[in-house]
Amino acid sequence: MIKKTLTLIVAVVIAIWFLSPVVLIVISSLTPSAEYYDPSRILPRSLTLDHLRSLFVTLGGWRATLNSIQVAGMSIGISFLFGLPAAYALTRFVFRGKNSIRLGILLTRSFPVLIIGIPLLILYMRIGISDTLLGVALAHTSMVLPFVVLISSSIIGGISVEYEEAGMIFGLSRFASFMRITMPLVLPGLAASAIFAFIMSWNEVFVAAILTVGSRTLPAHILNAAMTAPDYFKFAAGTIMAVPAMIFIFFTRKYLMSLWGISLK
Amino acid sequence: MAEVTIRGVKKHFGEVKALDGIDLKIEDGKFVVLLGPSGCGKTTLLRCMSGLEKVTEGKVLFGEKDVTGYAPKDRNVSMVFQSYAVWPHMKVYSNIAYPMKIKKFDKQEIEKRALDTAKLLGISELLDRYPVQLSGGQRQRVAVARAIVLEPAVLMMDEPLSNLDALLRVLMRSELKKLQERLGTTTVYVTHDQVEAMTMGDLIAVMKDGIIQQYGRPEDIYHRPANKFIAGFIGSPQMNFINVEVKRKEGKMCLIAPGIEVECTRENEQKIDRGKHKRLIMGIRPENIHHVAGREATPIEGKVYFTERLGAETIVHLKVGDMRIISKIAGDEIFEEDKEMNMYVDTSRIRLFDPESERSILD
Repeated sequence: MIKKTLTLIVAVVIAIWFLSPVVLIVISSLTPSAEYYDPSRILPRSLTLDHLRSLFVTLGGWRATLNSIQVAGMSIGISFLFGLPAAYALTRFVFRGKNSIRLGILLTRSFPVLIIGIPLLILYMRIGISDTLLGVALAHTSMVLPFVVLISSSIIGGISVEYEEAGMIFGLSRFASFMRITMPLVLPGLAASAIFAFIMSWNEVFVAAILTVGSRTLPAHILNAAMTAPDYFKFAAGTIMAVPAMIFIFFTRKYLMSLWGISLK
Repeated sequence: MAEVTIRGVKKHFGEVKALDGIDLKIEDGKFVVLLGPSGCGKTTLLRCMSGLEKVTEGKVLFGEKDVTGYAPKDRNVSMVFQSYAVWPHMKVYSNIAYPMKIKKFDKQEIEKRALDTAKLLGISELLDRYPVQLSGGQRQRVAVARAIVLEPAVLMMDEPLSNLDALLRVLMRSELKKLQERLGTTTVYVTHDQVEAMTMGDLIAVMKDGIIQQYGRPEDIYHRPANKFIAGFIGSPQMNFINVEVKRKEGKMCLIAPGIEVECTRENEQKIDRGKHKRLIMGIRPENIHHVAGREATPIEGKVYFTERLGAETIVHLKVGDMRIISKIAGDEIFEEDKEMNMYVDTSRIRLFDPESERSILD
């Protein structure tokens, strides 16, 4: 009983610790501007969607949100297109230099995308994809791809190769066996890593800000537009940034657990 | 159903020669066991037969057909995996039916066959469950059902019993063998367990270092092992190996070691080349050393070092000179430790090996 109470208290403290900033941000973003600057009030008497609305509609936030979703979608797509076969090969086949390749993939993460931002911009200008969503998506892919390869390879590695071989024995080709036997088994894990990739791209601000002028992603746009605006706009921007990520994590939290090796069984 | 022929098959993984020239013929309908210690290449050979592994060199034939370049799915084989590999995202019924679904059987046929096979394996009640809801033994039955439902040309099993507990293993041993007899499917069975090999196989291929050491009926492998490795690998407790000198005494050929002097039988005498075989390794199984004198028995003198009383049999460790000779005696017998006693070697059961090549010189 005491143990249970203690656990509860600890849980509540942790929850408050993590949630209170989020709650404050959300509340501030909903506070009417007159009340926001009233030092005698902590909690507002009424709430308003004005800041969010003007951020979305007047300040072009809606466009930027769509841009962000497109960029994240593209970089997830490209990352999985190349990352999944790479992960499969790293897990299932024995070949020379496998460990070096694994290490090499990890090493690419040690260069912050920030460093490659300027060279990328120059390169993009040359090949004519500067200030495009594809350009940002490719930059984000370079950030997301190693992550996708390594996580996917550990997820595939968690599925016994004998399942797949059984598929091959009982009438499927290697590819069909992967698609019909292994895929359903790894899908939850892959979905979780896709969500992770999504959030990585969603949150990335520097490269997006360097590479684009017209078609900005949401964080880049906010950095540009909201940072010179009054505080409640900043909070509104924070809310817009945080909420989608939180919704995603809420729905995929049990798969995220499996991502870190806690079994789903 | 098919006859399987392996011709000069080699499989190299980089520098490692997992299979170093295998020739094997498995007659139609036979139950053949590939037996050997871990790393001997038995599983690799099975995987080469199934097509999961590509051979480096050589040919695999099913009947007259050369299937060497075929993908597993085109070989009409099936397999029971060591981990069973029952697909966890499908119910038992789907697991059994899936191979037929892939091959596009019609619905009624699939259902009929799946139900019949489930009945045969005694898993009709489990069809609606997921594999995680099954015990190891049940999962294995599902794996076997899935493997036989398509009536494959060759049924392959890769240590299928090694994950079961001891009691269930004994039960499944006889059940799998009975099932195979009933179906008449050519079966290749990989194991490192000599008891499984002896009890289940029509024929046993003993493997070591990527080479088949001997291929024959279980009784031949047991009683006439081709070399010292096989003699030592099969049988428990292990065969006694004694380094002996070959000498002539009073017109008879004798095998002599400190504390031991055994006369050769006439048949063995003819096999010994006096010029070549000055020294030999004598092998004698523990059950061929008795504590009472009998026909064709030569006494050896020793001291009881240790006894293992197992109830149905007694294992006596006898110290003879520096050597320890192990004898297996039927029944529960009591021997006083450190007591001097005579044991009797059944000379007709002696095996002789060349000390250099370790090959048997008797056949």
